[in-house]
Amino acid sequence: MQPKLRRTHLFAAHQRLGARLIEFGGWEMPVQYSSILEEHLAVRNAAGLFDISHMGEVLVTGPGAERFLNQTLTNDVRKLVVGLGQYTLLCNEAGGVMDDLYAYCLAESEYLLIINASRIQADVAWLRERLAAFPERARATLQDASDSFGAVAVQGPRVRGFIDCCFPGAATGGTPVAKASELRKNQLAHLGFGGDTILVACTGYTGEDGFEVVARDDVIVAVWERLLEVGATHGLKPCGLGARDTLRTEVCYPLYGHELDENTTPLEAGLGFFVAFDKGEFTGHAALAEQKASGVAKRCVAFKMTGRSAPPRTHYTIWSSGASPVRLGTVTSGTQSPSLRIGIGLGYVSPEFARPDTPVAIEIRGQHAPAVIVPKPIYRKPV
Amino acid sequence: MTNVPADLRYTKSHEWVRVLGDTATIGITDHAQHELTDVVYVELPAAGRQLKAGESCAVVESVKTASDIYSPLTGEVLEVNQAVVANPALVNSDPYADGWFLKLRVANAAELQTLLQADQYAAQIG
Repeated sequence: MQPKLRRTHLFAAHQRLGARLIEFGGWEMPVQYSSILEEHLAVRNAAGLFDISHMGEVLVTGPGAERFLNQTLTNDVRKLVVGLGQYTLLCNEAGGVMDDLYAYCLAESEYLLIINASRIQADVAWLRERLAAFPERARATLQDASDSFGAVAVQGPRVRGFIDCCFPGAATGGTPVAKASELRKNQLAHLGFGGDTILVACTGYTGEDGFEVVARDDVIVAVWERLLEVGATHGLKPCGLGARDTLRTEVCYPLYGHELDENTTPLEAGLGFFVAFDKGEFTGHAALAEQKASGVAKRCVAFKMTGRSAPPRTHYTIWSSGASPVRLGTVTSGTQSPSLRIGIGLGYVSPEFARPDTPVAIEIRGQHAPAVIVPKPIYRKPV
Repeated sequence: MTNVPADLRYTKSHEWVRVLGDTATIGITDHAQHELTDVVYVELPAAGRQLKAGESCAVVESVKTASDIYSPLTGEVLEVNQAVVANPALVNSDPYADGWFLKLRVANAAELQTLLQADQYAAQIG
């Protein structure tokens, strides 16, 4: 018997908007409302609104919180002043990625982690295990608040022009801005919203300007409706997971379960920038330092098809090009790029073949379709 | 409300057929394009290829999935629609006209009896 799929508090809103629904990580989520291509282009050219309430929220508080997180996550948590967030990774002792996530400092000794929906159980179990082994564990508290919070992402070049109208007023916590549109990349503020408090962060997963809003479950519907209402005159469209995937693939953001998993390290994934080797001991440090010294066995690369072809897809084989093809690796994400109108993707190959301009071939239905390794990101905003 | 033109014939696998003399034009239905969503790639057979009824003859790929297209009839491929190869979105915008896939010479007129009428196909898709 199939366990029932979970639904966010915005499910009724998705139905009203005529969303096509699919299963994702145990949740029933919109894959599209009108068309993936249309929604993708709306985000690139105007604005798009995503339900990301399925994602997890973990609160870590107490005088020992900063040190616990700094010994558990790869990035340097000490850089987080109140109201600042950072992209970071949670690794196992072998340096394998348990999850990629955002960590925010909400207030003195108060941190919020936003984690992937498919990893909530695994992350919370691992974090509790690490906390149990933390010498100062009496000075830190961990709370899985995933079932109490919802979240939405509003992304696109026009968003900064209407965000203040949605959420007027000055910050009541976090970065002390006079209005939401003053938040810079990675900054977060507490804002009043109809008698409640919401968190607005200048972050996103699309490569566009925009914000992510976290609010209690009983407030998130009003947040969604307000954004839709105000955003309508600015071209805002509701967008599903289909567009979320094409957008992040174009800018080469990893997706857990594809570019990242427990058998892949941040170095192999090309995320060494988010590993603060000099900060001291953290989970996976020794294994990652060893790998940094001796070299990685595989490298995450971006590629672009060089001719008309069917779209490259996850699990397709990457071959060398030329007369006697050699198997190089596997595609971990692939799609037809709505912005570039060509097939694009990410995959892992041996380091010798990871250089941009290396010609390769993607095996698509038995044929070796020509492609080329390109630098990341594949899509860059035109200046 | 999906469009099912009365003057066409259909298959269970969502292909449509327009017969003129001994030439059959083939494409996929409005229901099929709606299920597939944004078509980004179409692969068609070469002219001259001999197809058997039920044989896989083309591939349609959307952003999320790939779908095989099955020939409703036996016959030789006379012509394929290059416009839909160059602009796959035509399958979504105009599945019964500009989004046609191929024309074949009907080898066995009796096979036409096995195709569904519009009301039968409409009943099948609900």
